[in-house]
Amino acid sequence: MKITDTSRLEEIARRVRFDIIKMTYHAGSGHPGGSLSIADILTALYFNALNHDPKNPEWNDRDRVILSKGHACPALYAVLAEAGYFPREELWTLRKFGSRLQGHPAVDKGLPGIEISTGSLGQGLSIAVGTALAGKKLDDANWNVYAILGDGEIEEGQVWEAFMAAGHYHLDNLIAIIDNNDLQIDGFVCDVMNIHPIPDKLKAFNWQVFVVDGHSIPEIIDVVEEAKKVRGTPKAIIAKTVKGKGISYMENVADWHGKAPNRELALKAVAELGFPESALDNDI
Amino acid sequence: MNIYEKHGWAMVPSRNGFGEALRELAERHPELVVIGADLTDSTRASYFSENFPERFFNAGIAEQNAAGMAAGMSLAGKIAVFSTYGVFAAGRAYDQIRTTICYSNANVKIGGAHGGISVGPDGATHQALEEIATMRVLPRMTLFTPADAEETRKATIAAVEEIKGPVYIRFGRAPVPSITDRDTSFEVGRARLVRDGDDLTIIACGSMVAESILAAEILESENIFARVIDLHTVKPIDRETIEKCARETGAILTAEEHQIAGGMGSAVAEVVVATHPVPMDFVGVNDRFGESGEPAELLKAFGLDYRSIAEKAKNLIKRKTV
Ligand SMILES: Cc1ncc(C[n+]2csc(CCOP(=O)(O)OP(=O)(O)O)c2C)c(N)n1
Repeated sequence: MKITDTSRLEEIARRVRFDIIKMTYHAGSGHPGGSLSIADILTALYFNALNHDPKNPEWNDRDRVILSKGHACPALYAVLAEAGYFPREELWTLRKFGSRLQGHPAVDKGLPGIEISTGSLGQGLSIAVGTALAGKKLDDANWNVYAILGDGEIEEGQVWEAFMAAGHYHLDNLIAIIDNNDLQIDGFVCDVMNIHPIPDKLKAFNWQVFVVDGHSIPEIIDVVEEAKKVRGTPKAIIAKTVKGKGISYMENVADWHGKAPNRELALKAVAELGFPESALDNDI
Repeated sequence: MNIYEKHGWAMVPSRNGFGEALRELAERHPELVVIGADLTDSTRASYFSENFPERFFNAGIAEQNAAGMAAGMSLAGKIAVFSTYGVFAAGRAYDQIRTTICYSNANVKIGGAHGGISVGPDGATHQALEEIATMRVLPRMTLFTPADAEETRKATIAAVEEIKGPVYIRFGRAPVPSITDRDTSFEVGRARLVRDGDDLTIIACGSMVAESILAAEILESENIFARVIDLHTVKPIDRETIEKCARETGAILTAEEHQIAGGMGSAVAEVVVATHPVPMDFVGVNDRFGESGEPAELLKAFGLDYRSIAEKAKNLIKRKTV
């Protein structure tokens, strides 16, 4: 499922953004800001860059994706549904009792496409290191491992232990994508606990670093292709993004980290994304 | 109007009491500092940080470092309060709490927010169901599990003003019935009698105290008289009261929003078997992870509502021998 036409990919990303709004609105809670900031990244991955098969989620040669910033799962769920891993109607059960779409990705609910449970920040890169290490050193595998991290998330010490380990083992089948939207819950990352300069730090840990506009799907696709080719080191892509991207009142506002829009604001978002008002309640 | 409001109980999240206490304590104690981990509003540490910004330090999303920083503050004569969600405080920073804080007897207070299944839609990753077990096994740790916002306020004040050394205060996210008021007594290590009765004792903590009162009311309508105890201090545990309840009522049911294994009920059982063994049963989470849902829905599904407590109480008294 490799879509190369940019306008088709952008159309998918627009639908993913709509789904994020609709899901969190009907859930009455959730994390729209950090989901919207990775909508283009996930679209570029799942509809172009990745080797995967939605009909066979456990295909052994698939690329593995670890959503380390698990709270952004509405974006992942929307992309997985769009790709055909499970029926779209299921999206509207987000965060409801008994749903496979838990507030944070949960493997124990059996949702196809979820590799591992996340939600406690800072753990995903270690998982990716383990998977990449097994693939590279034990199985001579031809698949890659992708870890998606928040920029606030990399304040966790464990992330740096994992950066160190990946560099140490020269894991060139590992690509970490850092969603650099500059915000966390308590405000700007540089004010809460400064993490910059990320590229210099990662280079010192023996990573190859790329920087990309995280909302330009063609550029994301290009940089991932380029990163895949680099041998001998793990690769980090620092995606410059906007938290809440696509919804005027959510963009760059920390307060939209972890709350759902009310009806009025949800309708406003739906309109901004170019969908009819009625779409907010269809199939509910 | 829900059953709690009918009862005349205002619904307030217990975390509010934690924030209020910090603000109040800050006035009296210039040596009080608070260390957060990117959850300042949610833990209500914001009540402190907004008024005393120069004494608030954000460690960022770095709980292990935050715990260590809090211990370090105590070397400089400060009383450090470290607060984040219970899963990350007690879980992520466990070894720092064990070795750096408890083994060294550092004067650190840990505000463990989001205790229990009633955290709701965030799901299992954010619902702390293990901290009573993991915190109570640590030597030197004092463990508070207050029932409502006001009791959380008092527990937090006691943690700072009455105890020199590590304290863990467990409180919840969702609004809970305010069953105590300013005049209600709070004595460290002294269980509080909420309601008298002699057919059995329900020993509860956190949000389960209110549920137990409602359960006792159902039981009363069936001529079963349950004593209800608020065990706001799980450690040091009130051995005297527990033994007395076992002796006087002949059966003990415990209720907590926590794993049954190792939790408050286990702590009570340790006392009961060693002093005056009587039939016991446990209301709690039975060896499973939490999940997403609305708080009330989850409490019911996990058997943590007043009806489930009443049901277990009825079955328990059938096992009484005298
Ligand atoms: C270990 C841990 N600590 C705290 C939290 C609570 N939390 C959830 S999201 C978040 C902020 C994340 O910021 P960032 O990584 O920048 O994500 P984004 O802004 O992209 O949503 C925090 C502190 C958590 N989930 N896990």
